[in-house]
Amino acid sequence: MAIILAGLEMKNQVTVASGTFGFGLEFADLVPLDKLGAITTKTVTIKPRKGNPQPRLMEVENGLVNSIGLQNDGVEYFIANYLPKLKKIKTALIVNIAGETIEEYVRTAEILCRQDGINAIEVNISCPNVKKGCIAFGKDPAMTKEVISAVRETCKLPLIAKLTPNVADITVIAKAALDGGADILSMINTVQHTTTIPGKSQAITGGLSGPTIKPNALKMISQVRAAFPGTPIIGMGGIMSASDAKEFFAAGANAIAVGTANFVDPGIVIRIIDEIG
Amino acid sequence: MIYQERCSVLENVKVAPDYFKLTVLSKNIHRSAKPGQFVQIKVSGSSTPLLRRPFSIHRINKDGFSIIYHIVGKGTEILSRTQKGAELDVIGPLGNGFTIDRTKTAILIAGGCGSAPLYCLEEELKKKKIGSHFFMGATTKDLLLCGSDFAKLGTKLYISTDDGSCGEKCTVSALYSSYIDTLDPKKCLIYTCGPKPMMKAVSEIAEKHNIPCQVSLEEYMACGIGACLGCVVETINGNRRVCKDGPVFDPKEIIWQ
Repeated sequence: MAIILAGLEMKNQVTVASGTFGFGLEFADLVPLDKLGAITTKTVTIKPRKGNPQPRLMEVENGLVNSIGLQNDGVEYFIANYLPKLKKIKTALIVNIAGETIEEYVRTAEILCRQDGINAIEVNISCPNVKKGCIAFGKDPAMTKEVISAVRETCKLPLIAKLTPNVADITVIAKAALDGGADILSMINTVQHTTTIPGKSQAITGGLSGPTIKPNALKMISQVRAAFPGTPIIGMGGIMSASDAKEFFAAGANAIAVGTANFVDPGIVIRIIDEIG
Repeated sequence: MIYQERCSVLENVKVAPDYFKLTVLSKNIHRSAKPGQFVQIKVSGSSTPLLRRPFSIHRINKDGFSIIYHIVGKGTEILSRTQKGAELDVIGPLGNGFTIDRTKTAILIAGGCGSAPLYCLEEELKKKKIGSHFFMGATTKDLLLCGSDFAKLGTKLYISTDDGSCGEKCTVSALYSSYIDTLDPKKCLIYTCGPKPMMKAVSEIAEKHNIPCQVSLEEYMACGIGACLGCVVETINGNRRVCKDGPVFDPKEIIWQ
């Protein structure tokens, strides 16, 4: 079913969660990209980022802990190398951005908003794996409002705020993002988690994703839906099947994003689209 | 081209203590596969374990392919119980694979399970009538994989074991070192796969004697297609993805940890 979320037109209600689908093109052999409701890119930052050292991944019961650290080649590289190819794919394009400072968010958004072929900007204020920015903004209502309103001023495209579940009351952060001018909320990003690595003394601290976080996601979406009945929500967090997706719609999501499931079964996102109609 | 296919299991048999050989039928994967590439297998329909498991291709057959795997955890343990006729969800072929040079004599140096992908390369070299020498090392005799298969191929095999139960009692890199002068380094190209310390030792020998070398790396991975950036290794050219930019690298590029 085609939908319009605050000006973002999607041919169906299904996109992919940022960071789980690269820049889309990596999946081109396995997924007919134009069948997606939207492609959501991995986070793009103003300057290239090297990301975190190994270990970056560890599987846990029904989930995956990651600490990639927003490795990317920067916004200029994205525009030169990915955007021309992504523009040719006949579906909506959501570009996810992050920064260490408000200025970095704003400059990245400014540069992207000058380009053709981008349909929405998603502001990452929720990645738990970086020392500065992201979750540091998204855990604090005043900072959430400040960064979202600063990006809002420069960005005429539909603006999505991606929220972290690592807060006491997500409705407080949701309100701050909406007060700052966000059009759409996407939720949830990963849950902070530490696990051990078999055979090593080292532990990994990062963001937990996959089926194990679905209850957190559904609870928080219900809370935000109850508090803000008219706000478009893109729901995500452990969706592995069409029946999971239906639970997210029942909790109040208007659209959904498939995340970790893309790593497990690249074919799943299309099967979900086909099944939910 | 990468494919996601349901592959029917033809055979899943023990070939050494804790090592199994799995042979499956495929529609397309084997047609575009080359030595050094790998596949990602979903070992169960449930979400435990959640991720696929990556395995090097051991043989490319007319109607499918084989892998050899070591039971190291829950995923490979579940895979070892998979019966003939079962269907597995497989993605492949993945990664870059080895680059063959017709002008060089191939030196293949395998440690443990590294024999599996290098066997695939050896078959290809034999088909292309490229001369080769295969150095195989393992901790003990029982863990020397594919021994009888190599005999059928007519491979020039050199063996070492850590405990001396078969071949020379030394590491496989030391074994190769002892032959280095008899195999003119200027005419050789080394391919190596095995535990990291062994590949590092081989890379050092290659560098010292100025022999071109290709190493096949392994890293914990999620997607296998270059999207998640979980499997990166540090190189002099920045982070590179083992699954997409590798698994085969020029060791001169690698910053060994």
